Amino acid sequence: MTVAPASVRRRFERRRVGGERRAGPLTYAALIVTTIVAIVPLYWTVVAASRTNADIAKTPPPFTPGDNLWSNIRSALDQVDMVKALLNSLVVSGSIALGTVFFCTLAGFAFAKLRFRGSTVLLVLILATMMVPSQLGVVPLFILIAEVGWVNQLQAVILPTLVSAFGVVFMRQYLINALPTEIIEAAVVDGASTFRIFRSIVLPAARPAMAVLGMLTFLMAWNDFFWPIIALSSQNPTVQVALNSLGQGYVPDRSIILAGTLVGTVPVLIVFALLGKQIVGGIMEGAVKG
Amino acid sequence: MRLKAQMATPDQAGSLVAEARGPRQRSAWRTRLTKLDAKVSPYLYISPFFLLFAGFGLFPLAYTAWISLHSVSLQNVDDRTWVGLDNYSRLIHDDQFWNAVMNTLTIGLISTVPQLLMALGLAHLLHYKLRGSTFFRVSLLMPYATSVAAATIVFAMLFGRDFGLINWFLGVFGVDNIDWENGKWSSQIAISTIVTWRWTGYNALIYLAAMQAIPKDLYEAAEVDGASRWQQLRHVTIPGIKPTIVFTVIISTIGATQLFGEPLLFGGAGGYRGGADHQYQTLGLLLYEQGWFNFQLGRAAATAWTMFLIIMVAVAVNALLASRGRSAFTIGRRRRQA
Repeated sequence: MTVAPASVRRRFERRRVGGERRAGPLTYAALIVTTIVAIVPLYWTVVAASRTNADIAKTPPPFTPGDNLWSNIRSALDQVDMVKALLNSLVVSGSIALGTVFFCTLAGFAFAKLRFRGSTVLLVLILATMMVPSQLGVVPLFILIAEVGWVNQLQAVILPTLVSAFGVVFMRQYLINALPTEIIEAAVVDGASTFRIFRSIVLPAARPAMAVLGMLTFLMAWNDFFWPIIALSSQNPTVQVALNSLGQGYVPDRSIILAGTLVGTVPVLIVFALLGKQIVGGIMEGAVKG
Repeated sequence: MRLKAQMATPDQAGSLVAEARGPRQRSAWRTRLTKLDAKVSPYLYISPFFLLFAGFGLFPLAYTAWISLHSVSLQNVDDRTWVGLDNYSRLIHDDQFWNAVMNTLTIGLISTVPQLLMALGLAHLLHYKLRGSTFFRVSLLMPYATSVAAATIVFAMLFGRDFGLINWFLGVFGVDNIDWENGKWSSQIAISTIVTWRWTGYNALIYLAAMQAIPKDLYEAAEVDGASRWQQLRHVTIPGIKPTIVFTVIISTIGATQLFGEPLLFGGAGGYRGGADHQYQTLGLLLYEQGWFNFQLGRAAATAWTMFLIIMVAVAVNALLASRGRSAFTIGRRRRQA
């Protein structure tokens, strides 16, 4: 191998600090523009929801929040039962998150640390289910819940999503690295049952990943749209069903509609603002194997 | 139990002998139990996934095909009349169906292609050593955390003809107000913008995760060879994350075929029609209209099953293209090695 000229080598080394190339000003500029595009619609929601309808029709439009937020929110709550919707969404998303975390940790543990026949095939099968458009089964699913009288009942939207393929793969991936196999072997020698091992060793070790999976699942359940629209109605809505009534309703005042939208969105945005770093980590973690 | 056996009085000798054999028997029983535990438990632990998927995913999907051969009314779901392929022949002769197929296809293309390309570029930028990388990653993921309903309500107003922020912004550059909702292309572009806004950051992070798994010495070798950044992206990064790209293309295709919430809420009241002239009615909306506004669940099932077939074909085409691309890539590599 020929040695590169000193000048080339120096440039090479300078750009290599820390193993990755440093970003130039153009990279920052592009990223800042994209970030603005990502955030402006959310910021504008806050602005428009806190002003009057007449205000947001002005040219140029306002760019700072006004002081009409509370009265707009009150008017929005008169239009749709957003309080009930928030409580329902909390129950639905909370149950789905808890169920998914439990079942996925159990399955992830089995795939990561237990040896059983056909485990590889079954894991591939789980991965393959990610590509099954199960949403398209709405018609029989609706007939089913109509027959058992679950239309407008929260369990109709909770039960079908209590476990996820992503969650199983995600927990498996985490447990493979986080849990030394020797500990489990030692527990087996001591005569612990697999469920005992799960309870006393796996659950404590898996806690960080369980938290991330719980948040991600909560987020997705909170935002789920298609099936809740079909299974529920405005009499017993989740937030998304209430937003659907609001968006498709005949409320002429845009600032009121946006105030209602804000109420339904702020809870997840707060979760996201506080734990965004972990959620980003979770998505990227799951992606490598996915 | 074992403790009791040790404390037994001598006059219970007979039973003591029996008990003395107890521990060994029990331990044999225990070993068998442990073996059974090791054998059966794994299946038990993964069974919730398969049970729930079979019950609420696979079975309804398969049963859709059966329902689609019947006439079923929303008002009386138990009353089903066999109609054979009638629902399908109606679909084939229905202009609204073909309109929905075309809309789904065009919206799918103008939302997915730019979205994935931008995500790729964005991931490339995020892959640099950055100050505030967490800030960028989190804010780029904010749209993903926003629900379809909320995002669409907000964007429908941003795309408003008279008071929308987007028309105001374009007006600064002298563009006349565009009637986004009523035009065919304009409405489809607007809807695709919502999809792109929500998903670009998410896909960028997926790509970024895959890029970080590429060994660094590949880049070093490329740099020593004098490859520019663009060449590195084309010849190192993209081949390196190809499985991930194929995965996101397939997932986006499946998502685009079922597009529902964005067109439903974009037009406001009566959104299931997808605009006054059905100009942005997708197959998902058509299914919803047939089943839950015209009360014809059999026809809705036929549309759902047709969508499933379309997805199968699309995924097969994707997989085929991907495997072809891969063999071309390995041939190229082999030639270079030779």
